[in-house]
Amino acid sequence: MHHDTILIELGAVILALGLLGALSLRFSISPIPLYLLAGLAFGAGGVLPLTTSTEFISAGAEIGVILLLFTLGLEYTAPELVGTLRSSAPAGLIDLVLNAAPGVAAALILGWGPVAAVAMGGITYVTSSGITAKVLGDLGWLGNRETPVVLSLLVFEDLMMALYLPILTALLAGVGLLGGAATLAVAAATISAILLVALRYGRIVERFVASDSDEVLLLKVLGLTVLVAGVAELLQVSAAVGAFLVGIALSGPLAHTARELLTPLRDLFAAVFFVFFGLQTDPRALPPVLGVAALLALAGIASKMATGWLAARRAGVAITGRVRAGAALLPRGEFNIVIAGLAVAAGTNAKLGPLAAAYVLILAVAGPLAARGAEPLVRLYLRRRSKPATT
Amino acid sequence: MNVERTDLPGIGTSHVVTTARGRRIGIVSHRSGRRDLVIYDKEDPDTSVVSVALSAEESNAVAEYLGTARIVEHLAELQRQVTGLVTEQLVIAPGSPYDGRTLGDTAARTRTGASIVAVLRGGTVHASPRPDFGLHAGDLIVVVGTAAGTEGVATLLTDG
Repeated sequence: MHHDTILIELGAVILALGLLGALSLRFSISPIPLYLLAGLAFGAGGVLPLTTSTEFISAGAEIGVILLLFTLGLEYTAPELVGTLRSSAPAGLIDLVLNAAPGVAAALILGWGPVAAVAMGGITYVTSSGITAKVLGDLGWLGNRETPVVLSLLVFEDLMMALYLPILTALLAGVGLLGGAATLAVAAATISAILLVALRYGRIVERFVASDSDEVLLLKVLGLTVLVAGVAELLQVSAAVGAFLVGIALSGPLAHTARELLTPLRDLFAAVFFVFFGLQTDPRALPPVLGVAALLALAGIASKMATGWLAARRAGVAITGRVRAGAALLPRGEFNIVIAGLAVAAGTNAKLGPLAAAYVLILAVAGPLAARGAEPLVRLYLRRRSKPATT
Repeated sequence: MNVERTDLPGIGTSHVVTTARGRRIGIVSHRSGRRDLVIYDKEDPDTSVVSVALSAEESNAVAEYLGTARIVEHLAELQRQVTGLVTEQLVIAPGSPYDGRTLGDTAARTRTGASIVAVLRGGTVHASPRPDFGLHAGDLIVVVGTAAGTEGVATLLTDG
């Protein structure tokens, strides 16, 4: 009886996600906000609360985070990361300061304490590299001059995540200043060790994993990733960061095959992850935080537009390109939810989860729409402005 | 010619060519093998106005067409550089003394110094025809040699 309902629930949830995915394709928006809404509907206080499959979904969500970060790491090679860190550090730091500030300020004003402030800073800071990459591709912006600037900002943010997540995990674990310092040292040592292996001995890892059989390769890669993620979590580095670093260690044709093999799995478990986050959020908790979320979203739009403007101007890009760079950076998505998920699991302020959900819901939808409208608006403005001068 | 190469982290690389007339054309090479052919705005060099996605196969085809055109131009150029050598196309008119006789009978190379390098008949090309190749009225003959030599072949074909 118990098993009967678990299959029915799982099937219904996944089918619902598939239908929502089709809907998002139809309107060419990101499916992430729809998955979150589905989670809200299936959770406690929602319209269709789940009963038996929550345990499976919670384990699936963890794998989802690991696979999200692993495939993100696969996108980059270690030299690319080091090169970006060198070339785009100033713009990256502007991005970090401008965009973390609203979240930190909001948490402090609301009196949620310093730990929640660190979490909120991360939530307002990170752009969704997945949604942004898709927007750039959809709008045919890949060839534009500001695009390398936008992409290197995304790389910088992802690298920052590799440093930030362990710090956040340690802070959320409630360790004291001394214990915190020790955890941080362990985290830093682990990250350096894995990065060193990735940079120097990436070939050896690749040789170990390589196989002509897709099946063997899939099992080896998945096993290695989840294992390293687990060890990283044990060392307080956060599972996600471990998975990210394994992804970086793999490169070349192997990374290409691994990405092809794991993308379907990632799509499944990442969707489960967004549902899980929605599940944990009581929809009745959303309306009270909606005002704050809207204000934060406005601040987030302003700060990302400023970041894009400044970063693109440094690269010698003209006004239209600067606006496009800012607009491309607007969407928030997976990592903001990953961060909020960590904070919620550690039991910070009860309002943080709903606030993050509302924030991401607003910007994941508004971001791509704003990107679409940005260029025509700037052109219109420039034409208006130039008219009196020419006539 | 100016080619700008930029890395696109997580996507691949982009190459942008600025032509002599100031237009910018870019090629975004995705790691997946996909290529985007990008044309930039005339007024705003930052902005791409058209972006065409090409599969690996399609981009090979486009590259080949651009490349072959270049090779043909290159050959024409080479030919112009070899001074004094001329290529002529001559028709065997009905009533020509060689209508129905073989190529060897003309003894064109011995008499004029120019070579008959190909014969075009009914849409097909017979390259490097042998001396026993039969000539017919209507054949188009490609002759390579000095100006005087090719002229000699022309007279030979009409007057014998």
